[in-house]
Amino acid sequence: MSPSELVSPPAPPSVWHMYRAMVGVGVFCGLLIVSVFQVTLPVIERNKAEALQQAIFHVLPSARTSAAYRLDEAGGFKLLEGDAAGEQLVYAGYDEAQQLVGLAVQAQGMGYQDVIALIYGYSFTEQAIVGIQVLESKETPGLGDKIETDPAFLENFKGLDVSVRGDGSALANPIVPVKHGEKTKPWEVDGITGATISSVAIAALLDRSAEYWVPRIRSNLGDFQGEE
Amino acid sequence: MADDSLWTIFINASLVNNFVLAYFLGICPFLGVSSKLETASRMGGAVTFVMLVSSICAFGIQALLVAIDAPYLKLIAFIAVIASTVQLVEMFIKKVSPALFRSLGIFLPLITTNCAILGLALFQTNKGYSFVQCIVYALGAGAGFTLALVLMAGLREKLELAEVPDVTKGTAMALMIAGLLSVTFMGFGGLGG
Amino acid sequence: MASSKSSTDEFIKGLWKENPVFVQVLGMCPVLAVSNTAMNALAMGLATAFVLVMSNIVVSSLRTFIPKQVRIATYILIIATFVTVVDYVIQAVSLELYKALGAFISLIVVNCLILGRAEAFASKNTVARSTMDGLGMGIGFAFALFCLGAVREILGNGSLFGVALFHDSFQKWVVMILPSGGFFTLAAWLLLFNWLKQRKAKKEATATLALRKEVA
Repeated sequence: MSPSELVSPPAPPSVWHMYRAMVGVGVFCGLLIVSVFQVTLPVIERNKAEALQQAIFHVLPSARTSAAYRLDEAGGFKLLEGDAAGEQLVYAGYDEAQQLVGLAVQAQGMGYQDVIALIYGYSFTEQAIVGIQVLESKETPGLGDKIETDPAFLENFKGLDVSVRGDGSALANPIVPVKHGEKTKPWEVDGITGATISSVAIAALLDRSAEYWVPRIRSNLGDFQGEE
Repeated sequence: MADDSLWTIFINASLVNNFVLAYFLGICPFLGVSSKLETASRMGGAVTFVMLVSSICAFGIQALLVAIDAPYLKLIAFIAVIASTVQLVEMFIKKVSPALFRSLGIFLPLITTNCAILGLALFQTNKGYSFVQCIVYALGAGAGFTLALVLMAGLREKLELAEVPDVTKGTAMALMIAGLLSVTFMGFGGLGG
Repeated sequence: MASSKSSTDEFIKGLWKENPVFVQVLGMCPVLAVSNTAMNALAMGLATAFVLVMSNIVVSSLRTFIPKQVRIATYILIIATFVTVVDYVIQAVSLELYKALGAFISLIVVNCLILGRAEAFASKNTVARSTMDGLGMGIGFAFALFCLGAVREILGNGSLFGVALFHDSFQKWVVMILPSGGFFTLAAWLLLFNWLKQRKAKKEATATLALRKEVA
C-alpha cells in the first residue's frame, strides 16, 4: 500500500461552502467594480466632453463656444437636453459675439483597413467644409494614416464646396475624389498618392454625410440662432 | 459600420482583419494546435461553433445590460457566458462523438481562454452590429481563424521534414511563419470597402 | 528545495529565468497586438502586471475559503473584476492611451498567464510570496513587452516614446508597426533567447566535461 492511501481523503466540501465562496467573492467583486465605476465615471465624461470640444474648435476655427443640437422628429433641430444616447447630433459653434459660426458634424465610414470616424466643420457663409479632424482610424501606418497628417491633403478641407442646389434639397455638386494633382473644382478632394483607398474613403464618407445633413441644416438655420 | 453589407462584414472578419493574423487573437491555440492538419481543422470547427453561440449570447447580454444600465458588468457577463458555452460544447461532443472528444483533448477547455472569442464579443459590441450582422461576423471570424490555423498546420507539417537551424526550432519558427502569413493576408486589404 | 526560496527569489524568477513571454511563451495575444509603440507596450505590460499582482493577492488570501470545485470560476471572476477596474482607471487617466489599447485591456482577462499563476502558485502559497511572484512575473511581462514595443517603434517609426531618434532621411520599416512586424520581432527575441540558452548549455557541458577529465 502506498503511503498516500493510508491517509483518508479530505471530505468533499459541502454545497454551502461552495455557495458561500462564490457569493462572497461575487459580492466583493461587485462592490469593487461599482465603486471604481462611480468614482471614474465623472472623470471619464469630463474627458470625453473636453476631447469633443477640442475637436469642434479645431474644425470650426473661429468658434469660441459650442452647443449640441439633436435632430427631432419633425426634421428640425432642438437643443440637446439630457442623454445623448441614440440621438443624431450636430454641434453649433459660436464666436465671442454669440454669432453662429458654423456646425460640426460627426461622420464615419469604411476605410481601407477598418472604420474611419471623423468630425468636420461646416460654414454657412462659405457654404463649405472648413476643417476636418480624424477621430478614429486604423489605416495603414505610413500610408493610409497620411489622411491625418499630410498637409496637402488637409488643404482640401479648408474650403470644400458643399453648396446646395437651388431648391435646397441636395448638394449641387457631390464631393468627388480625384487623383493627386488633378483637383480643379472646389468640391473635389485631391487624393494622396499611395493612399488612394483611404483618401477615396474620406471623400465618400464626407459626401454621404454632407448629402444628409447640409440640406437639413440649411432649411432649419433658424433653429440654431437665438434659442436661449 | 452599422450599415455595412453582410458580405463586407464576412470578408472583413475572415480575410482583411483576420482575427489571428491581423488582430493577434487566438495565438495560444494557433501556436499550440497547429502542428497537425487534422486537429487544426477540428479545432477551427469547434471555435467557430463557440464563436457563433457566444456572439448570439453577447448580443443578448449587451441589450440586457443597456436596459438595466450596468455597463461595468459586461466583461464578467461575457466571460461567464463563454465559459459556460465551452462547458456545454464539451459535454455535447463527449456524448455525440467520443473519438473527436479524445482527439481534441486539453484544447477544448482551453477555448475558454481563447482571446478570439472574447475579442469577438467585445468588437461586435463596440461596432454596434445588429443581430444578423453579429451572426455573419461570428461566422466570418470563425472561418478566418480556421483558415489561418489550417494554413499554419499545413506549413508546419511540411517543415517537420525540413532542416532548420537549432535556435529557430519550435516557437520562433512558428512565429516567423505566422509573420509571413500575416504579410500575405495584408494583400486582402481593400477587399471589404 | 522550493521551501528554501526567499521572497526575493520568487520575485527574480519572473524577470528572467521564468519570464512569461520569452521562456514560458504565455499571454501572447496582447503581447503582439499592442506592442507597436514603446508607450503602448509598457502601459499594457503594467496594466497586466497590476491585475496579476492584485489577483494573486486576493486568490492567495482566499485560498482556504474557496473550495476546489469552484476555484476556476472564482479565479476568473476575480481576474475579470480587476480587469474591469483597470479598464475604467485607464479611461479616466488618459483617453488617448485608452483609444490606443482599446479592447485589448479587456482581453487581459483571458491572458493565460494570470489564470496560470493563480492556479499554479497563488492558490498554494502565502500572500507575501504570491505578491512577490505576481510582481516578478508582471514586471518580467512588462519588460518583455517593452523590448518588443521599443524595437518595433525604433525600426518602424524611428522614434522611442514618440521622440524622434533619427534624422528625417531614416527609412522607416513600416512592416514593423504592422501585425507581421509583431510576429517577426517576437520571433527574433525568442531566437536570441534560445541562442543564449544554448550557448549557456554548451558552456556548462564543456565545463562538466573538463571537470570529469580532471578528476579522471
